Amino acid sequence: MKYAAEYRNAELGKQLIERIRRRSGKPARLMEFCGGHTITIVKHGIRQLLPDNIEMLSGPGCPVCVTASADLDKAIALARLPGVIITSFGDMLRVPGSYASLQQAKAEDADVRIVYSTQDALQIARENPAKSVVFIGVGFETTAPTIAVSVLEAAREGIENYFVLSLHKLCPPVMKALLDSGEVRLDGIVCPGHVSVITGSRPYEFIPRDYGIACAVAGFEPLDVLLCIDMLVAQIENNTPKVEIAYRRSVSPEGNRRALEVMEQVFTPCPADWRGIGTIPGSGLAVREEFRRFDAEQAFKLEIPPPREPKGCICGDILRGVKTPIDCRLFRRTCTPEHPVGPCMVSAEGSCAIYYQYGEGHER
Amino acid sequence: MNDKVMLAHGSGGKLSHELIEKAFLPVLGNPLLDRLDDSAVFELEGRLALTTDSYVVNPIFFPGGDIGRLAVCGTVNDLAMCGATPLYLSLALVIEEGLPMEELRRVTASVKKTADEAGVSIVTGDTKVVERGSADRIFINTAGIGRIPQNVNISGANARPGDKVILSGSIGEHGIAVMSQREGLRFSVPVESDCAPLNHLVEEMLAASARINCMRDPTRGGLASTLNEIAGQSGAGIRIEEEKIAVKEAVGAACELLGFDPLYVANEGKLIAVVPPEDAEKVVAAMRRRRYGQEAAIIGEVVADHPGQVVMTTRLGASRIVDMLTGELLPRIC
Amino acid sequence: MCLAIPALVKAIDGQQADVEIEGVSRRVSIWLTPEVKVGDYVLLHTGYAINVIDAAEAEITLGLMREMVSGSEAGEQPGA
Repeated sequence: MKYAAEYRNAELGKQLIERIRRRSGKPARLMEFCGGHTITIVKHGIRQLLPDNIEMLSGPGCPVCVTASADLDKAIALARLPGVIITSFGDMLRVPGSYASLQQAKAEDADVRIVYSTQDALQIARENPAKSVVFIGVGFETTAPTIAVSVLEAAREGIENYFVLSLHKLCPPVMKALLDSGEVRLDGIVCPGHVSVITGSRPYEFIPRDYGIACAVAGFEPLDVLLCIDMLVAQIENNTPKVEIAYRRSVSPEGNRRALEVMEQVFTPCPADWRGIGTIPGSGLAVREEFRRFDAEQAFKLEIPPPREPKGCICGDILRGVKTPIDCRLFRRTCTPEHPVGPCMVSAEGSCAIYYQYGEGHER
Repeated sequence: MNDKVMLAHGSGGKLSHELIEKAFLPVLGNPLLDRLDDSAVFELEGRLALTTDSYVVNPIFFPGGDIGRLAVCGTVNDLAMCGATPLYLSLALVIEEGLPMEELRRVTASVKKTADEAGVSIVTGDTKVVERGSADRIFINTAGIGRIPQNVNISGANARPGDKVILSGSIGEHGIAVMSQREGLRFSVPVESDCAPLNHLVEEMLAASARINCMRDPTRGGLASTLNEIAGQSGAGIRIEEEKIAVKEAVGAACELLGFDPLYVANEGKLIAVVPPEDAEKVVAAMRRRRYGQEAAIIGEVVADHPGQVVMTTRLGASRIVDMLTGELLPRIC
Repeated sequence: MCLAIPALVKAIDGQQADVEIEGVSRRVSIWLTPEVKVGDYVLLHTGYAINVIDAAEAEITLGLMREMVSGSEAGEQPGA
């Protein structure tokens, strides 16, 4: 696969690791923000191969994991309305809300369909004019523009049975909130890869400037992540924190202007509830007044029971990088992928699911 | 005959008999089946193996195969994995009212073609028709009987440290071929299901070595789940090498798009064999001479460490655990 | 986080394009990358091209990594 396979070269990877080992002396606490980066790091065993002075922490970059119970409950309430077809990315199906998951609703006769794209959801809307098709919009800045486009297309075509439940979230505000909380002391951040394709690397400039923390944007292949870690190590060793881009084939300082415009056209920032973290101002996206008729929250009367969080679940601490899954008393005992208690175990990008799947903490 | 299957076709009356006479006997007929007694009666000596499986794949026709082919291969392969020579199959159909007769004909023809390839006969059958909505087009159950040669002793519990682990070919094709047909995904993939009867391949392997310890076909749950089963049953560890596991480029690409790991994607024409080290090369050579074993390779070995667990050496030289599939394989974006 | 993979643009039809990765093909939206041309590689995310991959930068990055590891053999000091 072009532009992917080259960045998996084992020989080059081993040599990069050697170089990092040689050049890294100071203790370095690095947070990989994205769940996708956690997967690369764990799947290829990068964590094991890094020198002991480098510690990797996982951050809250798992949009599924940080969807609040109450928001998931809204999706499930919508699923149970007659005449509604829920379209969703596969990731969301098994995440437990307060009382149920979308998959459970599906088993109880709700029409819930997995789609790969909002383009597919629009098609379902066209093919089912008598039904209301609601798309569950979860994701960060990488995904929000794609939902925005679907709204613009629906508007242009006059599709009246397409709606979006906007649960989108933004990265820079949560990064700031995390750093401001003082809960976690970091030396460097592996910045989100595909979010940055859209936003560019400029939004992270406040991090080295105001907090003195090293930043580099990484791609998702093993060599991409290793190059990023090498850059962070150099910044830390030289005490020159800045924002670098290790993923130059896809990320620029300005980002994708057109995607940012489209997002701006359809959405406006609003406060959002992050599971395990709380409300962060300006970290969510609400559908603008002009496109109100596509907003599922406005279009449907929802009755939601009071939200509740499962007992003993420390997903919040894990998402903030304060604890690791191994610190959780439920991990591997009562909380497993077959019987997940919290979202970090359900989402493929959740730290707990990743740790469980790849046997982190099993090291001999 | 009507152009759609109707409830009356399953009621045991005239229409049922018409269906048997016109749709099944002409295609599947053989001396045992043709008698149409309540049971097929035959004599068999020796150590016997019996297996059953139900097939509910959706869609029923997919690139490289269909539910009929799957129903024969799955059961034939389960017998072959025990070292049994498959002989007779039963064929039970649960058909949803309204299934086009043309589709039933296609499925039946496919059953016949696959049974011929495997060298087995369908000797007894049953047909039920249920109301619209009570079955997904058609469900099939097949049970199979085979005979195991005297000196063959194959079981998931027999893996021993030092044994080599052999995989007969590339992984992930069946699962991707079926998934690509699902509504809501709309990909076109040049990937066909690898659905195939493996009993002739197994015969060749047993001729090369009578000391094969385990054999299993990695169907639902993929290679990872099957290796874990063997490790668990044998109480031994298994170590595999990422670079030795073959994945076709298109399968890899489709897996990346959908967020799947090929290790967990279903196969219907592949097998894993666990073989003492002295015989491993011989068995691989024998496999490569046959149609469904041309890409056979040693992918790892059984070890005394980490009993019950499967560990993979990654391309970068690190180790990571390969667990069983947990939950369902759902396409993901994140 | 967001799964996105490089795909080759084979044909363009208005605001849609046919892309291919190792023979796997799909029609996708190019609303977010209107400047794309046939023969370009794009990053494909949930059925949309989200950017056109910069082939020159891709080469530079690979070259940089190769240089880094061969330079390392000369024995670098930490922080050099």
